Amino acid sequence: MRNSKKRVSWRVAQVVISSLVGLAIVGAFVWATQGRDMPVLNPKGIIADQQQVLILITVGLGVFVVVPVFILLFAIAFRYRVGNTKAKYDPELEGSKVLEAVWWGIPLIIILILAIITAISTHALDPYKKIESSTAPVKVQVVALQWKWLFIYPDQDIATVNYLTIPDNTPIELSITADAPMNSFWVPALAGQVYAMTGMSTKLSFMADAPGEYRGASANISGEGSADMSFMVRSVSKTDFSHWLYKSSYSPNMLSWDTYEKLAQPSRGDGEKTYVVTGKDLYNQIVMKYMDSGSSSQPHTNTQTDHTMNGMDMSGMGM
Amino acid sequence: MDISRQKAEQETLQRKSIGFWIYLMTDCVLFATLFAVFAVLRPGTAGGPSGADIFDLPFVLVETMVLLVSSFTVGLGLLAARYGYKRQAIAWLVVTFLLGITFLVMEISEFRHLIAEGDGWQRSAFLSSYFTLVATHGLHIAVGLLWMLVVIIRLIRFNFKHTDLGRLSLLSLFWHFLDVIWIFIFSIVYLMGSLS
Amino acid sequence: MQTLFGRLTPQDFVHDPIMAGAGIAMVGALILAIAAVTFFKKWKWLWQNWITSLDPKKIGIMYIIVSIIMLLRGFGDALLLRAQQVVNDANGVEILSSDHFQQIFSAHGSIMIFFVAMGLVFGVFNLILPQQLGSRDVAFPFLNSVSFWLFFAGMIIINMPLVVGEFSNAGWLAYPPLSGLQYNPGTGVDYWIWSLQIAGIGSLLSGINFFVTILKMRAPGMGLMKMPIFAWSALGSTALIMFAFPILTVTLALLSLDRLIDTNFFTTTLGGSAMLYINLIWAWGHPEVYILVLPAFGIFSEVVATFSGKKLFGYTSMVLAIIAITILSFTVWLHHFFTMGAGADVNTFFGIMTMIIAIPTGVKVFNWIFTMYRGRVRFTTPMLWFMGFIVTFTIGGLTGVMMSVPAADFQFHNSLFLVAHFHNMIVGGVLFGVFAAFTYWFPKFTGFMLNERLGKMAFWSWLVGFILAFGPLYILGFMGAIRRMDHYDPSLGWQGLFIVAGVGILFMGLGVLFQLAQVAYSIWKRKEHAVGPDPWNARTLEWATATPPAEYVFATIPTVTTRDAFWQMKKDHKTNDRPEHYEDIWLPKNRSEGFIVGMAALVFGAAVVWHIWWLLIVSLLIVIVVLVVALTRDDTEKRIPAEEIAREELRRATV
Repeated sequence: MRNSKKRVSWRVAQVVISSLVGLAIVGAFVWATQGRDMPVLNPKGIIADQQQVLILITVGLGVFVVVPVFILLFAIAFRYRVGNTKAKYDPELEGSKVLEAVWWGIPLIIILILAIITAISTHALDPYKKIESSTAPVKVQVVALQWKWLFIYPDQDIATVNYLTIPDNTPIELSITADAPMNSFWVPALAGQVYAMTGMSTKLSFMADAPGEYRGASANISGEGSADMSFMVRSVSKTDFSHWLYKSSYSPNMLSWDTYEKLAQPSRGDGEKTYVVTGKDLYNQIVMKYMDSGSSSQPHTNTQTDHTMNGMDMSGMGM
Repeated sequence: MDISRQKAEQETLQRKSIGFWIYLMTDCVLFATLFAVFAVLRPGTAGGPSGADIFDLPFVLVETMVLLVSSFTVGLGLLAARYGYKRQAIAWLVVTFLLGITFLVMEISEFRHLIAEGDGWQRSAFLSSYFTLVATHGLHIAVGLLWMLVVIIRLIRFNFKHTDLGRLSLLSLFWHFLDVIWIFIFSIVYLMGSLS
Repeated sequence: MQTLFGRLTPQDFVHDPIMAGAGIAMVGALILAIAAVTFFKKWKWLWQNWITSLDPKKIGIMYIIVSIIMLLRGFGDALLLRAQQVVNDANGVEILSSDHFQQIFSAHGSIMIFFVAMGLVFGVFNLILPQQLGSRDVAFPFLNSVSFWLFFAGMIIINMPLVVGEFSNAGWLAYPPLSGLQYNPGTGVDYWIWSLQIAGIGSLLSGINFFVTILKMRAPGMGLMKMPIFAWSALGSTALIMFAFPILTVTLALLSLDRLIDTNFFTTTLGGSAMLYINLIWAWGHPEVYILVLPAFGIFSEVVATFSGKKLFGYTSMVLAIIAITILSFTVWLHHFFTMGAGADVNTFFGIMTMIIAIPTGVKVFNWIFTMYRGRVRFTTPMLWFMGFIVTFTIGGLTGVMMSVPAADFQFHNSLFLVAHFHNMIVGGVLFGVFAAFTYWFPKFTGFMLNERLGKMAFWSWLVGFILAFGPLYILGFMGAIRRMDHYDPSLGWQGLFIVAGVGILFMGLGVLFQLAQVAYSIWKRKEHAVGPDPWNARTLEWATATPPAEYVFATIPTVTTRDAFWQMKKDHKTNDRPEHYEDIWLPKNRSEGFIVGMAALVFGAAVVWHIWWLLIVSLLIVIVVLVVALTRDDTEKRIPAEEIAREELRRATV
């Protein structure tokens, strides 16, 4: 009698402790996430919006497998535990063609659906695809440096370091390169990331839904100051954007090739800077820096630029 | 030696043979990787020479013939050993060894010439991958030659046991394998390189 | 001086307090160990019974001991990383400088993959595979020893930066251009390269060794479809090793050539291509993770069947799934860099191939669960690890499928979401699998059980700890947190999640302590925990041996007629049969050459890193000469006379 009472109270204790632990875990998660921004699930740009939908669909499809797995796992483990003598014991049971067909077949179907979704979405959300819009796009050239980001507005001859001001509801067409080890340009609220690599120009497009401030980072380590490479994307109204351009054109900082070379030296904690661009075709020079054999620092003022725009494009490179 | 011991030894030899074939397969993957690297980096001449500029096809053809003949002679050496003709076996192996040395000397002279012209491995990605692929093969040849030396010395000093015969047949397998790899190098690197 | 010591200077021995402390602790422990062995006069014993032994059971135990020590090192690294991310330089308190942080996560990943997971897998292969197949040994016993000592050499090399020089800051895969000479001229990346290169050659040789063992050394009557499913998973894993590791060998060699002699494989100019490196390293890297997880799958298959008292459900299906996973794992590598800009067509192909692998993996999960169906399930510690595995691994699989969709992956790549996913797979899959294997097979080799209560407490600590440590990372990924960051903007409010994660790792640490306590306590109370050769009522041949197994394992090689050969033997009441007469058994003699080659390789590695060219040449010559001597030996076996075996068998029967 006493033994089974002890057993019962031990079982009760187990249930209570596990529930408390479970509650504590859930509580800890709630406490730590309350009020924090989740840009991947709560995006603010047309591209990231579509990526969020994609993520939710994938989870939904995955749940079709995961939930049955958990239910079966616990139900079967509980029912056929050694203490339960009522359950049938069939030690020679070695398989079931029907069940095999089910669990080869259903995941196959789910993956087939997901595969179709993948094919469609991968093409639709190809970072090299331009965003269709009646508004004219704003071009921005991005250069990853050690350990800051340089943004060049080639049509406006403005450049910034560590911040990007953009007009809302306007497609932003980014060309991305690096003058540093491999980096990854990522603004989760607006779009997924793309690698920034020397001697190459990758592409990305995004469009902010509304005015706001969105954080960006470099998702690939490039040395000591990698974690310093966060930057702000400020989406403002179109009028505010023109004002900002106008104001910036009065910036005392000039970005020539020489000032660029100084900027490109490794440094941490640069903060935000604004430049008027005086150097010609800076972005292409930076890309071409890595295309020439041997010589690296001299800008090329000849017409190599056309060659660059066609040849350095990363689209379709089958690697 | 009793029957079960003999059987065990046979099984061991068979296992070693299978193990060696499998090792050759992994070596294949190794060379395949180097070929892939070569294929990707071949256009990366960085303003320096391409294959057409530096390859001396007649010279390489002689190298290839030397290696092919050495494959033939190692086969003769193995046959002689299998039939118990110790002197012939050693002779053919020595000839193979000398042919192998000739191959290596020719290859090294080709390399030295290129380096002297300023077209060493530092010049471009193409040259880096060319030198590495060909030199890796050359390194394998060198290992094969060392192995051959050891086999020759053992043949001279001790009469063959089946372990020595086993080692010799694995060596000849290795040698043929290197020959096949060389054919690929010759075709893909030298021939195709000269055509572009 | 320069020629004598290469680029080594006294300055290279100076480290910051934490590294210096770790280095001193490590060297101190080594000195203590040497002193202890000397004091107890055990050098001869150590040499004869362990260092020169070609017995796979001994080699297996050595792998496991080294791996456990490295697990503790890797865990210590993780604690430091977590501490840094919790404190986040608040109030100017910097636990780790950025550079130091980066060296630590690089070391953490490299050590965990190469010297914990791989070591544990090879340890289990050595201990269990031959016996499961009804064999006494592996196909190439000398090669087995060489493999272990190369592994050991690599392990020493990767720990050397604690004492001299610095480690790589380029992550566990060292992407160029960061890992090239231009951005990393010091010793860090070189240590990384040569540690992995040397250990990697050992792994490749082991792969060949076990592959041939499985193919050629099964007991008579054991057709492929009758062998234990663990052997099938080992077959898949070793096939992957054989095809993948040569790629690693080449890639590491090319990077080292870039760094040593100025080639241009992965440089930023002169035609080099960093993208080529990334393709190559992942062409190896993806199969590598399946190399690690397939054996875990095999272990769980054995565990579930034994503790359900039932045959494994769907053996043929399981075999097909293993084969499918093996082949498919070579077709998915690009999913590690969807964001590198290969274009929609290429990304689509690799994305779809990646999701396809989920199918056979899911099949295995269902087959395991249904092995319990209509069984009698005993929830021992190994079975608990199995339950924990299904829970964590399934979540990991889900997040993997989420990332297999390229456009979605653009938002997950290199974030903490990714970090949580792969820890789910490696900890929940591989590590839990090895923990299950450890508690399951321990009594076979020692004759006593590990204390169940402590084992269960270890499990629960690990499980709760794991959820707490990695759950927050998924959420942080959604918040846009990147991986490998040594600090973040405090205004983001991320610290709370890092604190939860920190509590989690403390629970995992508690789990480790419970495991250590479990071993210590069980050894202390081994008489109370003593068991016979089949404590779990198991099904496969490794349980048919004595406990601990004799050096020759089987006095006579059994003949097999069915799957679960031992279960059948028990049903036929054949387990206590003694043969009419015994035969001589020939076993490999002890050999010192494996150890010498390993030590010479160690010196070679150190010499390359420090550019000490004369030493490089000397050590290389030693390797060559010793190998030539070793491979031309003919008297490699010792005879165990039949009479001795008869006596031994009688003794064990009457014990």
